[in-house]
Parts: sequence; structure tokens; C-alpha cells
Amino acid sequence: MSFIAHLINGISLGSVYALIALGYTMVYGIAKMLNFAHGDVIMIGGYVVFVTVSSMGLNPLLAIVISMAVCTVLGVTIERVAYKPLRGASPLAVLITAIGVSYFLQNIALLVFGSDTKAFTNVVTLPNLELFDGQLVIKSVTIVTVVVSIIIMVGLTLFVKKTKIGRAMTAVSEDKGAAQLMGINVNGTIAVTFAIGSALAAIAGVLLCSAYPSLTPYTGSMPGIKAFVAAVFGGIGSIPGAFIGGILLGVIENLSKAYISSQLADAIVFGILIIVLLVKPTGLLGKKIQEKV
Amino acid sequence: MKKKMLSLVLAGAMTAAVLTGCGSSASTTSDAATETAAETTEEAAGTEESADAEASAETSGGTFKIGGIGPLTGGAAVYGNAAMNGSQIAVDEINAAGGINGMTVELNFQDDELDAEKSVNAYNALKDWGAQVLDGCVTSACSIAVSDKTAQDQMFQITPSGSAVECVANDNAFRICFSDPNQGIASAQYIGENGLATKVAVIYDSSDVYSSGIYEKFVAEAANQPFEIVAAGAFTADNKTDFSVQLQQAKDAGADLVFLPIYYTEASLILTQAADMGFDVAFFGCDGLDGILNVENFDATLAEGVMLLTPFAADATDDLTVKFVSAYQEKYGETPNQFAADGYDTIYTIKAAAEKAGITADMSTEEICAALKAAMTEISVDGLTGEGITWDASGEPTKAPKAVVIKDGAYTAM
Amino acid sequence: MKKLSKTTKNNLITYGMVILAYIIVQILVATGHVSSLVQGLLVPFCTYVIVAIALNLTVGILGELSLGHAGFMCVGAFTSAVFSLAFKDALPGGLRFFIAILIGAAAAALVGFLVGIPVLRLRGDYLAIVTLAFGEIIKNIINALYLGVDSNGIHFSMKDAMSLNMEPDGLMLIKGAQGVTGTPHDSNFTVGVILILVTLFIVLNFINSRTGRAVMSIRDNRIAAESVGINITKYKLIAFTVSASLAGVAGVLYAHNLSTLNALPKNFGYNMSIMILVFVVLGGIGNIRGSIIAAVLLTLLPEVLRGLSDYRMLIYAIVLIVMMIFNWSPNAIFFRKRLAQRFLGNKKAEKEA
Repeated sequence: MSFIAHLINGISLGSVYALIALGYTMVYGIAKMLNFAHGDVIMIGGYVVFVTVSSMGLNPLLAIVISMAVCTVLGVTIERVAYKPLRGASPLAVLITAIGVSYFLQNIALLVFGSDTKAFTNVVTLPNLELFDGQLVIKSVTIVTVVVSIIIMVGLTLFVKKTKIGRAMTAVSEDKGAAQLMGINVNGTIAVTFAIGSALAAIAGVLLCSAYPSLTPYTGSMPGIKAFVAAVFGGIGSIPGAFIGGILLGVIENLSKAYISSQLADAIVFGILIIVLLVKPTGLLGKKIQEKV
Repeated sequence: MKKKMLSLVLAGAMTAAVLTGCGSSASTTSDAATETAAETTEEAAGTEESADAEASAETSGGTFKIGGIGPLTGGAAVYGNAAMNGSQIAVDEINAAGGINGMTVELNFQDDELDAEKSVNAYNALKDWGAQVLDGCVTSACSIAVSDKTAQDQMFQITPSGSAVECVANDNAFRICFSDPNQGIASAQYIGENGLATKVAVIYDSSDVYSSGIYEKFVAEAANQPFEIVAAGAFTADNKTDFSVQLQQAKDAGADLVFLPIYYTEASLILTQAADMGFDVAFFGCDGLDGILNVENFDATLAEGVMLLTPFAADATDDLTVKFVSAYQEKYGETPNQFAADGYDTIYTIKAAAEKAGITADMSTEEICAALKAAMTEISVDGLTGEGITWDASGEPTKAPKAVVIKDGAYTAM
Repeated sequence: MKKLSKTTKNNLITYGMVILAYIIVQILVATGHVSSLVQGLLVPFCTYVIVAIALNLTVGILGELSLGHAGFMCVGAFTSAVFSLAFKDALPGGLRFFIAILIGAAAAALVGFLVGIPVLRLRGDYLAIVTLAFGEIIKNIINALYLGVDSNGIHFSMKDAMSLNMEPDGLMLIKGAQGVTGTPHDSNFTVGVILILVTLFIVLNFINSRTGRAVMSIRDNRIAAESVGINITKYKLIAFTVSASLAGVAGVLYAHNLSTLNALPKNFGYNMSIMILVFVVLGGIGNIRGSIIAAVLLTLLPEVLRGLSDYRMLIYAIVLIVMMIFNWSPNAIFFRKRLAQRFLGNKKAEKEA
């Protein structure tokens, strides 16, 4: 019984990772950059909901919409100001700028909201699912997170595969120059990618803070890194891979905490990641890169 | 050519944007600086008006410079900021009342980002500023690293909340809070003597000095007590959002009490998650748990029945606490936690020792250190975190931990 | 001088720069013109310069992104600190520190070698994430490690201090999260500068050696390099191991500058690895001299900004972003060139007038 409980808790943790990883993988897949600031956009999304729900007393659903709007604007602005000037420069330069943006967002939040922990109000007010006379509890927020992740995963896949702009994204990710020659607005497409990624970050922020209701300026950084690992695990750039990677990471983390050592859980998670990458160098569902001579 | 011109204009516009961006942020800073400066002058003016005689003494007494170090940014920022704010309130009060021996007190609190190396940098910056005594560091590891330097320079150091044993290893270092072993032993004894539980589970932060220090002594002392430890779940700084495994293990082991030698930020998550999984158990914590009721938006009913050993309670009704809490709320818009109280007591302890030793502004740092060291063992301070606190030459304070239980969203003595 | 090749000249400038900086600083210190803050920063400068040069070897010369160099620093720091603590009274200071440096370098090299075997098979971002993972694993393990020595020999545990079962006379070497306390203060600026020079000597010679050229050929075109018979794995591994070992030396310097050593996310986590990468990228990938300057500047910057109190880290972040854009943006590079041209053009015009 306790094994099942650990497993469910693992899925609960993993679903949050999966949701964040979807945003990561989206931006990476199209813009080919590691957006280290993604975790901090999540944190900002969390704060927006916190302020609107707790201080202004708005309806949580409306708050989520506001948060998505704020994060979208934020994401597009960051792209415009910090990343766009560096298009064509070394990818490493963009990576470092993303780190700078990450510091910037953390310190803005520190100045505006202060360093003390805020307890987040769970926006998922559905009752928990209790099985076997309450021996096994599945939190409603877990169910919602899993469902939302699946919806987003399917939605994103369809969007990228079926819509015109989605196909433009694929084209930009394959070859920016060729895409431009075909009449695709590369900058516009990348901006849309960031908009979608940031809107997803807002949703992830709300569900992350609902599942683990503590909010500080640094809330996003560790889940951000973990989600990044999850995205790599599943094959970065692959949308279903991000989902599967996230869930697996959460389950592995929780089971190793429970049965091996809670102190070394991170070492074990990272160790498994390394083994997976050695066996499948592009992650579980990653595409094999064809090498041209 | 046209294109070149265009990109040049664009680049120019960008640089201009960047420059104005910098300019505007710089002006905000200077605005803030002038604001604080204005505040200080206002305050100073207020002081002079209220006490004319003392004001003249002030000018002749010079200034007494206290340096402070703690994490003001980064994951531990909440503790450093609280200690800084608490210290600042004490400094403002002392200045309003005429300073120490007629000297105006100046506090300069520097950020160490919870990094020992940065902490030493902060200390050196304070030395350049002319600090005469040190209020810090807020955290143990930084405190140990800096005390190595203060011992070299012979600067008097008093840490508000550095609880590791080694923090006061040097003879120029003292502390306000309890040491880790002290708390671990006291907690085990309290649980044992009062028969609070027979099966105890512990959840602790193995990557934190404070938490693992208490845990070790708690386990050692538990061997002499009539309860057994049935589960010990560790977590690390990188893994402090999900506690389901540790709670599940405690539940499976049939624990009737969970000991939490951790800080309230994580404890608030543990309480929420325990309630979510329907794990109804008693919780017992140390002074790090103080502050849990003041987490903004936290559902205080979750903390109902939580017991903690703490030297400070923000809703105590004694005059000193009431005055401090209202001043703090007015100035910073938050309820102070134990770190703020430690910071406040630190400044008053320095004041008491400085008055005992007859410190004057023209004394050198070494002279002040020698004089304060001797004076520390002779003073007794009634602070927020204890009444009649005394010190011996080892640097450890003598004060009794108070056990409280949270009832109806407030601390009640046990 | 004329006979010297361009590279040799360039290298001499780099050595000269370090030596000159050392002499200037020593004169300023002797005449009392250096604040305690900067004096305290001298050893950290050396630490970060060394680790930046080490990472530049991996990123710039080998062409692989490593986000785990803080992990190698951590290995060097902890092994050498444990050694120094254990032999604190048994050996004289200078000799002890010399052996500590060798131990730190050797331990980091060993770990770098072991990590390198699997890691270097991967490419690009996957390689980066695996090095990040290794760095985190090293930090995580050290945080859970308890090591002590007493009359019965060496005790070791991965659980907690109690399970060591130490005799009361025993000496705790590593105390889990509390790390190593009481490391002797052996680092100083002179040793640091000597180590920088040694590092420069190793790296600059490496670059211009046969091995170095092989490594750079792999960076520029792996397939072409392989086709002319260069053993890819061997050369990659050599470069990576040397780089890890130098990072370990930086760790030794770090450990012996502070009396306490903990493996925190801040000093040995991925944050630090990224910070080192910032030095390298800002200084110019593959540009050793640039790494030195960037490491010093970026270590100094947050300290200089202390006066801004609350706004310090915010301004730091903005400066970082602006510097990156100014240094790397294609538009900014173009703008700078134009500016230089105009400036030089003006000079010419002045001359003519």
C-alpha cells in the first residue's frame, strides 16, 4: 500500500515537472535555446495569481487568465529585449543572457514582494479522491495537473503539426535561413513561440504553487532545473517526451527517496539521467540527429 | 548603404535605450538613497528636538559603527532581512534615546548570499567602512568563516543566530541564540519528560547545519528518554518542496509525534501536505519554527496543536515585545520572526556591554574588542528572546527555552 | 623580439599582464592604497581566474559545453581540505600546502577522467546537461558524507555523524552539510599568482602543442579529424582531464582561503558552474586573456555595487545582460566597428589638418 502511495506522490510531483518541461521543450525545440529564465517566469506567474486572488480577491480562474496574459507579455518582452539582439551570435551567449534574465526576475521579485514566504491558496478547490477508506489519498490538484498536462501536450502536438503557424515553427527550428527564404517571418514565429511558452509557464506556476503552496522569489529555479532535466530525459524538443520525462523523473525521485536514501535522491535521479543518455544519447523520444559530412 | 545606415540607427537607438535604461535605474537608486537619507535626517532632527541636552552629547560623542552581515538575497534572504530589520529597529530606538554613551549608532548591513566567501568579502567591505563591532553573521557557516577573520583583526563579534558550536570558538565571538546541541537535547528531554509521545519521527534538512546539528543531538539524547525514534527522513536544499515520502514513512511507522528541527518555510509545506494526506499527528519544533503563523496567507488552522521550543513569540504581551512588534510592523509591514528578535537583542547586547565597558568613539577596534569581551561576562540583558540573559567567556548565552503550543492561531505557554 | 612568432608574443603579453598586475598590487598594498575589501578579494580573484582558464580549455579549445566545473572544484577543495586538516600539525605549512595542491589536482583529474569517459561520447546540449548532472551528484554526495579519523583508523558514513561510532579523541574531517571546519589558512595572493602562471603555462603550451592542435581539429571538424586518423576519444579525454585538474587546483585555493568549507548550491552547485561559464563567454570563447579579465571584473562587480544595497543584484543582472548584448550581438559588433572606424578616421583627419 505504501508503495502505491509513494508512486502516486511521485506522479503528483512528476506532473508538475511535466507541465514545466512542456514549456521548456517548446522554446528549445523551436528557438534552439536553453531558456534558463523559464523557471522564473513560472515564479512571476505564481506571484500574479497570489496578488490577484489573495490581495484583490478575484476569482481564481480570472486570475489565471490575467497571469497568463502578464507572463505572455513578459515572455515576449524578454525575447525582444534580451534574446533577439543576440540572434546569430553563439548559442552560449544567449544561454548566459538567459541566466542574466533569470537573476533579474528573481531580484525584481525580491524587491517587489519581499523575501518572506507567501502561502499560496490552492486554486483547485475540488475534493481529494480517497480510496480504501482514506488509506490512499489522491490530491485533486494532482488529477488536475495530470489532466492539464495531457491536454496541453495533445494541444501543442496538434498545433505544431496542423496549423500554419505551427508548421512555420517546425520550419524555423529546422533551418532559419531556408524558412526565411520561404517567406516565413522568423522573428514573428519565435516571438509566438515565446508567447506560448510563457503562457504555459503561467499555468505551470499556478499548479506548482497549488501543489506546493509556498511562494518565494526563488520558487521557480529548482523546479525549473528539474523540469529541464525532465525535458532532456524525454528527448528535448519532443513534446510527448517532455510529458513522459516529467512523470518518470517525479516517480524515480520519490521512489528513490522512499527506498534508497532521501539524502541522495538527487544524486540518484541525475545518475539515472546519465545512464539513460548514455544508452539513448538523445533522450527517450528524441530524434536521432543525422550527421552530414 | 541604406541598410547599413538603418542598422546603424537601430544600433544607436538600442544603445540609447540601454543607456537610458541604465540611467533610469540609476536614478531610482539615487532616489531611494535620497529618500533614506531624508528619513535619517528627519529622524535625527526628531531626536534633537526631543532631547536637546542629549543631542549635544551626541555630537560630542561621535559615532559608533556596527557592521552586520547576513543573506539579503538568495534562498535564505528571509532570515538575513529579518535580522537586519530587527537590528535596525534597535539602532533607531537607541539613537532616539541618545545613543550609546552619547555616541550615535550607525548600522551597515551587508549581503553575503549565504556564501562563506561572500561573507568574508562583506566583512572586508565593512572594515573599509570603519565598522567597530560586528553583528553577524546570521548563518552558521558564514559566521565561522568570518570569525576566523575577526579573531585575526581582534574585532568584537556577536552573532544573532549562528547556532553551530564552532561559531563562538574564538574568544572574541559571542551569540544570542541557542546552540544546536542545546536545542536538540532540550527538545528530546521536553518530549520525554512530558510524555508527549512514544514513537517519534524526525524530518530534517540534512544539507543545513542548523537542522542536522539539532537532529544529531536529539537522536543521541533520545536514547536516554522513554520514546523511540521510528523514522528519520532527511531532505536537502534542492529537494524541499515535496515531503510526501518523509510523511508517508512517518505514517507507516506509526509515529505519534513528528519532530521538525527545521525552519518555518519548509514546515508550512509539511503541515499542508500532512493535512492533505490525512495524517493526523502532533508536531514538535524548535526556534526555527517560529514565524509559521506569520507566513502570509497561511492557513493557521493547520498549525493548530503544533508545539515548539522558542525563545521568542511575536504575540507575547510583555511591553518589550509589543513595542517591538508594532514598530516592526509599522516600518516593514511584516510580523517579525525570531531572527528579527535575535537581531534586535544583538544590538541591545552590544549596547549593554559597551556601556558597561565605557566604550568611546576614539577607541581602536582592538581596544573595543578587549573591553567588550570582558564586559560580556558581567552583563545581564532582558531581551526579546529571554530575560536576564548572561554569557560566560565561551560565548554561549544562558537562557531558558520556552515551550509553547499553538492554540486558536496563537502561542500559548505549555 | 622579431624572431618570436605571433603566438609566443601573444602568450608573453598574457604572462606579462599577470606579473605586472601582481607587481602593481603588491606595491599598492605595501604603500597602503588597497582597501581591505580588495585585499580580501585577491585570493578569490586567483581562484576564479584559474577556474575560468580551466573551463576555457574545455569550452574554447575542446569546443564542448561543461556545466559541471564547480563539481571538479568541489572535489579539489574537499580532498585537499581533508588532507590539510588531517596533517595540520604533522607537516610544516609550505610543504603541506604543496602536497594539498597536488592531491586536489590529482583527485579532480581522476574524477574528470572518470566523468569524461561516458560524458564525452555525447554532443552539444546533452553533454552540457550530463556534466551539470555530475556536478550536482558530486555536491549531493559530499553533503551526505561523514568522515572521521580516530585511534581506530578512518571512519566513514553516508548517513549521519552518529553512525561513525567515533572514539571521543577522534577528529571529524567532513561533517555532512557542515563540511570541513578549521582548514588552515594557507592560500595567499603570491601563491595564487604563481598558480595562475603555472595554469597559464600548462594551458598555453597545451594549445600550441601537437595534442592541442589535434584537440582543436576535433572542435572544428570532428569528422575530418577522425578521417585523418586522430583518436577522438583520447584527445578529448586528455583535454577534459587537464581542465578538470586545473579546476581542482582552483578548489584547493578556495578551500585554504576560508576556515569553513561547505558544498552549497551557491558555491559548488550549477549556479557556480554557470558563473564560471559567464567568465569564459564574456571574456571571449577560446580567449584565455579575456577569461582572466572577465573573471576579475565579474568577481569585483558585485562587491563594488555593495553601496547600492537592495538594488545590488538587480543592477548586477542588468549589467550582465547589457555586457552580453554589447559583446556578442551582431548589431553591436557592427556598431562598435563603425565607431572605431570613425574614431580612427577622425584621427587621420586630425593628422592631415
